[in-house]
Formats: sequence, C-alpha cells, structure tokens
Amino acid sequence: MVGLEHYLSLAAGLFVIGIFGLFLNRKNVIILLMSVELMLLSVNINLIAFSRFLGDSVGQVFTLFVLTVAAAEASIGLAILVSFFRNRGSIDVEDVNVMKG
Amino acid sequence: MSVADFAFYAFALIVLVGGLFTVVSKHPVHSVLWLITAFIGATGLFVLLGAEFIAMLLMIVYVGAVAVLFLFVVMMLDVDFAALRAGMAEYLPIGILIGVILLMELGMIYGVWQFADGAEAARAAVTPALEQVENTAALGALIYDDYILLFQLAGLILLVAMIGAIVLTLHHRPNIKRQNVVAQMHRDPARSLELKDVKPGQGL
Repeated sequence: MVGLEHYLSLAAGLFVIGIFGLFLNRKNVIILLMSVELMLLSVNINLIAFSRFLGDSVGQVFTLFVLTVAAAEASIGLAILVSFFRNRGSIDVEDVNVMKG
Repeated sequence: MSVADFAFYAFALIVLVGGLFTVVSKHPVHSVLWLITAFIGATGLFVLLGAEFIAMLLMIVYVGAVAVLFLFVVMMLDVDFAALRAGMAEYLPIGILIGVILLMELGMIYGVWQFADGAEAARAAVTPALEQVENTAALGALIYDDYILLFQLAGLILLVAMIGAIVLTLHHRPNIKRQNVVAQMHRDPARSLELKDVKPGQGL
C-alpha cells in the first residue's frame, strides 16, 4: 500500500534533483528556471499528498496558488531572459554584471 | 502489489527520470521535453491522489503553456549552448555533495515524522466524501467562498505578470515607419486635398 511517506520521498527526490540542477547548470539561465519549476512541482506534490492523507482540501487550494505564482515567475523570467539576450547577446549568468552585484 | 501501487511507482519513475534528464540533458530542447515528461508523470500522481482538477490544470497550464513558452524561448535564442556547459564537470562534485546532504536531512525528517495529535481537529476544510461531492465541485466551493480574496489576488498576479512580460519584451525600433491610426482618422479633405484648375494645353 502506497502511503504518505512514498509521496514525500518522491517529492524530496525531485526537490534534490532541482537543487542539483541549479548547481550543475550554473551558466544556463533557461535550465536554472526549469530547475526552479521542478522544485515547485515537488512542493506541489507534497501539498497534494498531505491534502489527500489528512483529508483537508485547503492543500489543493494552495497548490493552485503555487501554480499561479510559478506560471507568473516563468513568464517574467523568460521575458527578462529575452530582453537580456537582446541587449547582451548571451544568457550566461556571469554576464549579468551591470549592477556589479 | 495492487494496480494503484504499480501506477504510483510507474508515475514516480517517470517524474524522477524526467526531472533528472531535465537537468543533465545536453541540449535545452531535450531538457524542455523531459520537463514535459516529468509534468505528465506528476499529473498521473495527482489523479492517483484524487486531485483531478489540479491534475488537469497542471496538464493545461504547464504542458500546454509554460513548457511551450520555454520551448519558444529556447528555439528563439541563438545561443551557443555547448559553451554554457563548459564548467559543468567543475560543479558536479559539489552539486552531488549538497544533493546527498539534503536528501539525508529530508530522509531523517521523514524517518521520525508523524501527524500531531490535534491535526485531525485542526483541519480547515474537511474533504467531503467522493460519493457526495466530486473533487472539482469541492474545490470550487472552497475557492469561491473561503478563498475568494486569494483567488482574486492570484488573478491580479497573473495580470501583472502578463503586463510585465509584454513591457519587458516590447521593442520599439526608432527608424521604421509605423501606422498612426489617430492621425489617419483625423485627416479631412480640406487639409489633404487641393483642387487645381488646369488650363487646357498648359499643364501644371
């Protein structure tokens, strides 16, 4: 019987894969954004699994809001990426140094 | 092992393999396709968990919109992706190290984790039995009643994101001719036409 722990372990694995992707693709902003999407997906899996096994629908409502914010984040991130590429001709994170940060 | 258990393991495998190949693929287009695979696996998991509405939403919003957006951007940008992968081997050990540490921490949490005694009593909205109210209807009653403000704010976030994305990518080139609709509509014959009385045999 598949229980809550199975889903939590899966979500933990997916979250760690997302973190791993952040470290592995430190230059490519597109894959960084995709890794963030994977981490948000693992959070969603956690929320839905808790919602199901506790019997509380609010978890699903919050998944809805996480999805909303994730979609907004992806669109804004890609828009910034496109406008950055237009100005600098590169998507390397190391070239993002206008602010000297 | 029941069919539901087998389905869980199959979908979990799809999600994990999709996620792993998303971050290690050589070409970003392959990454996007693996990301879509991972999201489809997660959709199956959500159906197994009885959250059909969220599952369909994930399919429509992520596979239909966000992943295609990623695909557009990857194909639109003319980037040398091989150069971006140059330092990958350098970061591989620290990535694996931090991943293993994090996984061990999460494993230790899940090893001793349990529901609190008051957790059942503290539920904000108890899920009704599936025979009485289906998932979408229950979720709708919750969103449009208790969480209406958050729902509207989510819409506002999407509006702001849409405007922001348009403003960021809108590009006005200064030296091309554009159609000025207002100027066109405010033309009148008195200013744009002139009648000349042409004498025969002379011309203008």
